Amino acid sequence: MTKLGVVVVSHVPEIAAGVVKLMREVAKDVAITFSGGTDENEIGTSFEKIQAAFEENEGETILAFYDLGSAKMNLEMVMELTEKEVRLYDTAFIESSYTAVALIQAGADLAAIEEQLAPLKIK
Amino acid sequence: MNVEAVKKWMILFTEKVNQNKAYLSELDRAIGDGDHGMNMARGTTEVMAALEAKNPATVADVFKLTGMTLVSKVGGASGPLYGSAFISMAKEAGTTDSLLAILQAGLNGIEKRGQAVPGEKTMIDTWQPVIKALAAGNLSEQTIADAVAHTKEIKATKGRASYLGERSIGHLDPGAVSSGYLFETMLEAGVTND
Repeated sequence: MTKLGVVVVSHVPEIAAGVVKLMREVAKDVAITFSGGTDENEIGTSFEKIQAAFEENEGETILAFYDLGSAKMNLEMVMELTEKEVRLYDTAFIESSYTAVALIQAGADLAAIEEQLAPLKIK
Repeated sequence: MNVEAVKKWMILFTEKVNQNKAYLSELDRAIGDGDHGMNMARGTTEVMAALEAKNPATVADVFKLTGMTLVSKVGGASGPLYGSAFISMAKEAGTTDSLLAILQAGLNGIEKRGQAVPGEKTMIDTWQPVIKALAAGNLSEQTIADAVAHTKEIKATKGRASYLGERSIGHLDPGAVSSGYLFETMLEAGVTND
């Protein structure tokens, strides 16, 4: 089974870090990286930070979650360049990223995770 | 297409964005997150620095450097959107000299990146009428002004303003306004379809 990793992208550095803190409660061993805010740590997203979050993640297949629409556009630009397999979800940010890491920690495979994520699609 | 005219276009665009950054952010505060002016001012200023440092020799290289710089230096949605536009324009400029074809490629890039179509109160509502007028041979400052003004009447269904629904009506779209600057300065720089 390919190793799954999770990348979360938020417009706000503290939100990204906070979601990861929440996820660590249930996912001590999961590969999680994040990108929060712009290069100057202001509100927004950074192409380069997102790229770094992908490269630093130990997962071979990355499950990516984001908060608002413009984060998605930067994510998609990075996805066009990265060698990793990336699955991008238009799902409720906190609920779905939490669900994903909890299932990865429990040893679930991608198909099972995606089945759980499907009802969380909101955008 | 003359590379010097294209560089002049980027310089004039940068100046116009910087002169109007407070106005762009004010428009964005009404229906968005209030950072469009600052983001575009920072991004275009970085473009100027990059163009000066690397002095690209072809039109395609000017557009490519502009696009890559905007992607990495603009923190808001306008980064990937303008960035995708210029990167798509660079690809097209590698194979044709037609301004019409190049701008159409830019619009396609924006539509693909933003998953948006005309009539959703976005920058596309400036790009699309401008390209249509250029194809018809009657692009003028008035065409651009009319396209930008029309976004006031549209209800936003894409982008941050869409969260406001009906309340977005009555406000200009900031991205449409900055795109208006892009095309006004294109005319000022003498970048034409021949």
